[in-house]
Formats: sequence, structure tokens, C-alpha cells
Amino acid sequence: MQHSPMHDGQRMTASEPILKIDNLRVEFRVAGLKEEVKVAVDGLSLTVNAGEVFGFLGPNGAGKTTTMNVLLGFVPPTSGSAYIFGTDVSQPIARQRIGYLPELTYYYRFLTPEELLRFYGRIFRIPKDQLEKRIDEVIKLVELEHARKRQIKTFSKGMQQRIGLAQAVLNNPDLLIFDEPTSGLDPIGRMKVREIIQRLKNEGKTVFFSSHEMGEVETVCDRVVIINQGKVREEGQVTDLLAKHQMNLEQIFLKLIGYQASV
Amino acid sequence: MMTNAMALAGVVVREMYRRKDFYVLLILTVIITLAMGSVNFFNDDKIVRYLKELCLLLIWISTLVMAISMAARQLPMERESRTIFPLLAKPISRGEVILGKFLGCWFACGLALLVFYVFFSVLTGVREHDLPVLSYFQAIWLHWMMLGIVTAMVILGSLIFAAPSSNATISFVVSAGILLLGRHLNKVALQMSEPSSTILYTIYYNIPHLEIFDVRDLIVHNQPPIEWGWWALATPYAAVYIAIFLFAACWIFKRKSLSA
Repeated sequence: MQHSPMHDGQRMTASEPILKIDNLRVEFRVAGLKEEVKVAVDGLSLTVNAGEVFGFLGPNGAGKTTTMNVLLGFVPPTSGSAYIFGTDVSQPIARQRIGYLPELTYYYRFLTPEELLRFYGRIFRIPKDQLEKRIDEVIKLVELEHARKRQIKTFSKGMQQRIGLAQAVLNNPDLLIFDEPTSGLDPIGRMKVREIIQRLKNEGKTVFFSSHEMGEVETVCDRVVIINQGKVREEGQVTDLLAKHQMNLEQIFLKLIGYQASV
Repeated sequence: MMTNAMALAGVVVREMYRRKDFYVLLILTVIITLAMGSVNFFNDDKIVRYLKELCLLLIWISTLVMAISMAARQLPMERESRTIFPLLAKPISRGEVILGKFLGCWFACGLALLVFYVFFSVLTGVREHDLPVLSYFQAIWLHWMMLGIVTAMVILGSLIFAAPSSNATISFVVSAGILLLGRHLNKVALQMSEPSSTILYTIYYNIPHLEIFDVRDLIVHNQPPIEWGWWALATPYAAVYIAIFLFAACWIFKRKSLSA
């Protein structure tokens, strides 16, 4: 599968990080009697290198999804910057070589998986003959061959998540951004997603994903960052963190976010 | 830019023919027209004109309702169903999303118009044994241009008003108001005192005059087609308003923060 020619702004050397966030700050105005400013992300800096599986961890409301929203261009940063493949994330071309799987996947319910993938394939400018081949491959990968001509509105939640995975890998991306990819899935679905992440890792892809499943993170991630209240609490190789704290990742996570057991 | 916009437009057109709205409006138009056509009022030979007037009125109302309801739900539905997030995570700009949504709604309206006018042509052909193709072509084209202005206006409205229903209601009232009263505003302004007169003149000279695209009377009374020069001028007139509304929509949409 070929990629589109790289945009000038995307030229980068092998040593440059795939994803770079520099001193990112995101503020939201909270409507009310008195307008308040909520800081969702506060001075976040991190880099993700090629071929890494990077875990982005934090409790609910820590700023993970907001950071991902900035990376995908949904939300503008208040200050700081973010780059994907050396291109500012505000440029649509920065998203040519990424695949994104949102936490909750909803797709055009009146389309079939084939039609949906064909639509996204056109946006990625995948040539028609290659696109049909690629659609066959990804539908097979997520095991939806039997439902490829059925409208998505008839799909179960697990099937919709698999369609989400199919669209995320359709363009054979070099960077995958997964927002809690196993959230709400049954054990088989979780295992399938884990297998796909592992497979992508083996193919040398870079994966940036958030998750609450510490066992999963420990298994598949090379490096993690733990954030809380918009700030980085810890960052490093999974093996280094385990050695440093002498406890498992879940215990490290709970300790860093200041969780006190009540019983 | 056009590849992305056309891909998105294709999804909107597909949505139209997989939803029931269009079929309901078409069937209602056919049933009402045929029911009225079966009645013979006092053996009046001018019944065909009434029938044509009624059928065209139903076509205008149906297509206006369809264009407004379809355009009003596009962007709010993308956000509500969260399909906007996987879409914008692709190499597509927000401007292309606006353009794609507009083109999709406009093409869908064009297809619906063709179906409606085929029915109208069959009806009048059977009753009058005549088919003024040029007049009908002008009527469809001008009608489609008018729907383009309305569609672009509603897409802009969907970024301003909170609920699709309020946008649809306001847009319908504004469109119907312009169609019915637009041409008379200057006459009303002439009889008003200042500053009301200036305000009304400003409105008169700035609103898109949708009524200039309405050539139903010419069709009903079997008049010859309008001059092609005037017909051609109506197209850039519509294009200017469509561009203004779409630029405004892009400007607002680009500044909107979307939280997944």
C-alpha cells in the first residue's frame, strides 16, 4: 500500500520524534453565573518515537482526551504546540498518516462497512484499485466479512468497535491514536484489540493510546506517561518504572494520583 | 479540496435515498395532486391550470421542507452521533466538511427536484398533450439555484442556533417570508418614516430575493420561457449568496472547539 507523497512540512529525519507535544496548555471557559476558566492540560510535554507503543494514562478528567483532541485538531491549544510527523497538528495534512480509534465509536448508521471504508479511503486518496483490496484486507482483519454489506445500524457494540478498528488501520498508518480502545468490550473483544495492537507493534507501527486497563498497558506498552489534573506525574519505560517503584503498574498509578484506599 | 467534498457529498446523497422523508413527500404530492385532479369543478376546462398550480405549490413546499430539514440536521447530527470525530481525524479540513455537506444536500435536492418535475411533466403532458421542455428546464434550474441559497443559509444557521428544530423553523419562516413578501419590502419602506424606512430598504437590498427564482406563473399560464440572459444572470446571483453563507459557515466552524 502506498502513501500519498509527503507534504513539505512533513519531511523529517529518522531521529525526530513521530509525535511531539511541547508545553501544551488547554483552558476551557465554564459557563455559569460567574465565568470560570478550567485548566484541562497544564504544561504537558512529551515525545513519542517511531516504533514505540506509548501508554497515555491518567484517571478520568486527567486531560487525556483533551490532549488527544488537540493532537487530532478538534480543540486548539491555549498555548504550547503539538506536532505529528513534524507538522503542526492544526494542519489537516498532519492526519494523512495517522489512524484514530475514538473511545465511543459511532459511524454513519445508514452505510455498510464497505461503503464507510470506501468513503474514508477516498479522503485518504487511496487509489481505487488499491482501496478495494485494502477494504477486503481490513474487513478480514476485524472479522466482519459476513456483515460487510449490512447497514451499520444493525451492528452490536462490539461489531461497531471492530468497524472502528478497520477504519483506523485502513490507510496503513504509521501512527495510531487509540482512545481507550477496549472500553466497553467483552473479554473476546478486548483480546482481539490487544492482538491487533501487538500485531501493529510487530509491524513497527507507532501506537499512542490511553487506557484504564493497567494489565493491558503493562503487556503491550514500551513507555508510559501518567498524568493527573493536566500535569505529568511520571514518565518512562515500563520496565524502568516497575524496577524503580518495586510494584505493579496499577499500584504505581494509584500511588501517583494520590489514591488512598478507604478500606 | 473537491475530492474530499465530493466524497462527503456522496454520503449525504446516500442518506437521502435511505431515509423515508423524500418518499413520504413525493407520495403525498402525488396523492394530493391526483385526488384534486380527479375532481371536476363545474366542468371547468381551466381545471388543468389549477392542477398545475397546486402541483407546483406542493413541489415547492416539499422541496423547501426537504432542503431545510436535511441541511439543518447535517452538522448537529455529526456532532450528536460523534461521527464528526473519526471524520475530522482524517486529512479533511473543516471547510471541506462544510462544502461537502452543502454539495450533498444540494445534489440530493436536485435529484428530488428531477423526480418531482418528471411527475409534473407526465401530469401536464397527459392533460395538455404538450411538453414545453425549455420552460420546464428553466423552472427546474432556477428552483435548484433557489434551494442552493436556502441550503447554504440553513447550514450557516446550524452553526448559530443550538437546536436543529429551531434552525429549521426559523429558516422556513425566513424563506417563506422572502418568497411571499420579499418583492414588496421596498414599496412598504417607501411609505414608512425614518429610521424604519432605511432599515427596511437595507433589508430589501441585502436579502437574497428568492422570489426571482419562482417562475411558476409562467408555467401555469403556458407563457414562453424567460429571456436566457435573465435566466443566466440568476445563476451568479445565487452563487454570490451561496458563497457568502458558506464562507461565514466555514469561518464559524473553524473557530468551533469540538470535544470528543
